[in-house]
Amino acid sequence: MSETGAQTVAYVRDTMLPAAPAPQAESGAIRWLRENLFSGPVNTILTLLGIGIVYFLIVTFWDWLAHSVWNAGSLSECREIIAATWGEGARGACWAVIRDRWNQYVFGFYPRDLYWRPTMTMGLMMVALAPVLFAPERRIRRILLVITAAVTLVSMIALSAPAGWLLFAAVMLIGGLVISERNVLWLLPFSVVFPLLGVWLLWGGSLWGPIFVLVGPALGWLAYRAMLRVLPAASVIVAIIVTLLFWLTLAGEAARDAENLLSLSIQSVRSDRFGGFLLSVTIGVSGISLSLPLGIMLALARQSNMFLIKSLAVVFIEFIRGVPLITLLFVASLLLNYFLPPGTTFDIILRVIIMVTLFAAAYMAEVIRGGLAALPKGQYEAADALGLDYWKAQRLIVLPQALKISIPGIVSTFIGMFKDTTLVTFVGLYDPLKSMSDAVRASTDWKGIYWEPYIFVGAIFFLICFGMSRYSMYLERRLQRDHR
Amino acid sequence: MKQTVFLGTVAAASLVASIGLAQEGSTLAQVKERGELNCGVNTGLVGFAAPDANGNWTGFDVALCRAVAAAVLGDGNKVRFVPTTGQTRFTALASGEVDVLARNSTWTFSRDTDLALDFVGVNYYDGQGFMVRKDLGVTSAKELDGATVCIQTGTTTELNLADYFRANGMNYTPVNIDSNAEGEQQYMAGACDAYTTDVSGLAATRAAFADPENHVILPEIISKEPLGPAVRHGDNNWGDIVRWTLNALIAAEEYGVTSRNIEELVRSSNNPEVQRLLGVSDDLGAMMGLDAEWARRAIMTSGNYGEIFAANIGEQTPIGLARGLNAQWTQGGLLYAPPFR
Repeated sequence: MSETGAQTVAYVRDTMLPAAPAPQAESGAIRWLRENLFSGPVNTILTLLGIGIVYFLIVTFWDWLAHSVWNAGSLSECREIIAATWGEGARGACWAVIRDRWNQYVFGFYPRDLYWRPTMTMGLMMVALAPVLFAPERRIRRILLVITAAVTLVSMIALSAPAGWLLFAAVMLIGGLVISERNVLWLLPFSVVFPLLGVWLLWGGSLWGPIFVLVGPALGWLAYRAMLRVLPAASVIVAIIVTLLFWLTLAGEAARDAENLLSLSIQSVRSDRFGGFLLSVTIGVSGISLSLPLGIMLALARQSNMFLIKSLAVVFIEFIRGVPLITLLFVASLLLNYFLPPGTTFDIILRVIIMVTLFAAAYMAEVIRGGLAALPKGQYEAADALGLDYWKAQRLIVLPQALKISIPGIVSTFIGMFKDTTLVTFVGLYDPLKSMSDAVRASTDWKGIYWEPYIFVGAIFFLICFGMSRYSMYLERRLQRDHR
Repeated sequence: MKQTVFLGTVAAASLVASIGLAQEGSTLAQVKERGELNCGVNTGLVGFAAPDANGNWTGFDVALCRAVAAAVLGDGNKVRFVPTTGQTRFTALASGEVDVLARNSTWTFSRDTDLALDFVGVNYYDGQGFMVRKDLGVTSAKELDGATVCIQTGTTTELNLADYFRANGMNYTPVNIDSNAEGEQQYMAGACDAYTTDVSGLAATRAAFADPENHVILPEIISKEPLGPAVRHGDNNWGDIVRWTLNALIAAEEYGVTSRNIEELVRSSNNPEVQRLLGVSDDLGAMMGLDAEWARRAIMTSGNYGEIFAANIGEQTPIGLARGLNAQWTQGGLLYAPPFR
């Protein structure tokens, strides 16, 4: 500081003024309102319109919602209660139908004394999913698995599951939690085996079937190791052929023989007993977990330089995308029977899962192809420059980035596919939205009920789909590597 | 991945196994070997076929399935009910997924001939009618000129409606609906003046209204809807079994054979027709590959035709249908079982 300044300036404030509150119009709620809702004429009009619509909706539907009845045995009883409580002519929602038919909406026609089996399967599924969905987040895993274990075990006790199975579930769930705390990657083998375990628990029957299905890849691996020394080029193909041959020829017989030697059966449940959300979740989860790998393969095939593979992928994708899902479901349910020999039964749920998977995979392939296309060419060239072979380049460099770009599209496809599971109503399966609600309405007790089942099923679907959407946002945040 | 692989293996294995055994067996042999009757029913139609909260099927069509199962397999519970939609029902039968279709299906010329089905009889004579609000002041369907009508698409009722209005020189505006539940909702919301479907359906719908007294079903019946069980074309013996099981239920009512007095009648009835029906004299069952007591079991399962009607859709039930055309021929109805001899 120079000395001259101090002499030329006549007055310098040497104390700070106390901070004054911001003007009324520039602070707090008023400012927020001004900035967000009334910033200009268009915004103001839209705000007033929005308020008007919300007001209209509340005025129209409030009395219906407020007059909700939860305890009644039939629609007419509901109406009597509403008339008695809120006067003649009052209208109200009769949620008692959900209470009365809750089991049907959740489990379909699954045998009542076996409800604990789907419940346990659901719990184990969360354990199997934990290392896949939440690999780096121990805290989230802990919360998830503790809640899952508690809910599953309490529900199983409430559904009077046998003590042995209760013990099994407790060991699996708590074991899963302990392993997840120590090293979550040790849970991955369980994730691989879980689909077989889940199928066995849901459909029942002999455990030897799933066991011998597992034997197939094991034999294939042995063949692979043996061939590596003799003829490395063909080793993968030989391994696949050995596996398929074992499945197609020996597995069924071997499972039957083993079952005769040592019975490991639980009560089997037929596919026509499945319904409601159990059916939707079964089809949805299988479709999701199968369509992602299939979609990746298709996307890579479509990018391939090999003419045959590329053409097949293009034909498949364009054909499936050009045909409505309902057509595919009809083909699965009706046309297939003409081609199969008479007397053959090919499980209807399996047929539907295959069709839904193919359908979702075609869309998935295009979503992932978008991700592949968005990747700068330099990434591919860098992978080549590092001397990586095709699969290593895809696995280490290309796919991690392409999949990350595609996450929103992939999850959108999943959500769409999960909602599409309600279309199975057209092939006579009891989806929760239409078939199950129509079946409920076909009883004399609940005939005439309309909105309540739709609202209930819609709310559950919203919860599941919203969950998926939030998970995809979490995943995007976690994988964010660039600086925005 | 593993899940499909496993199920695929099972499917492929059973496919391979069955190619070896593939034989053009008769439906009767297939059903007996399977130990179970596959019966196609509605996915849910009040009074005719509906699963209850435990998944047990009940209803007017369901009772017929159970009677056939009892006649063929000796147990009315050995039925697998295959829910079929309006679009899948005939294909399910033709492709062999079901052995008999008892799904309130109208017997029409083209279905019987072109679709290669055999309708073996009629278990309910229905007809299409109209329901309107009482305060409209309409007393006859002829006064519906210019009305908006709620109509289920893709059914025979749609064609009947067009035929009827054209024949009477009237105009109407259709409001297309997809299901009965939606039709009720639209009608109650005032989206249409009249709701048209089979009269049995109208009666059931009206009974479920909060104010049934404010709605009337108009007297005109504008179509013939004979609903009956159907089997595949070509297996005549199987068709005979289903046809005569239905006839046995109808004849049992005519002769006064009920599920309660049947044991007594087996011992004491002097009526030769009843004796033949119940397998006391002559062995009618052997003529179609069944034992002598087939009809007895069919009747004991859920009663004769009258008992089934009363229990599922009759006047004591909430649906409250009168017998009308579905009374015995001796009572002025159309039910007329050919003689058992």
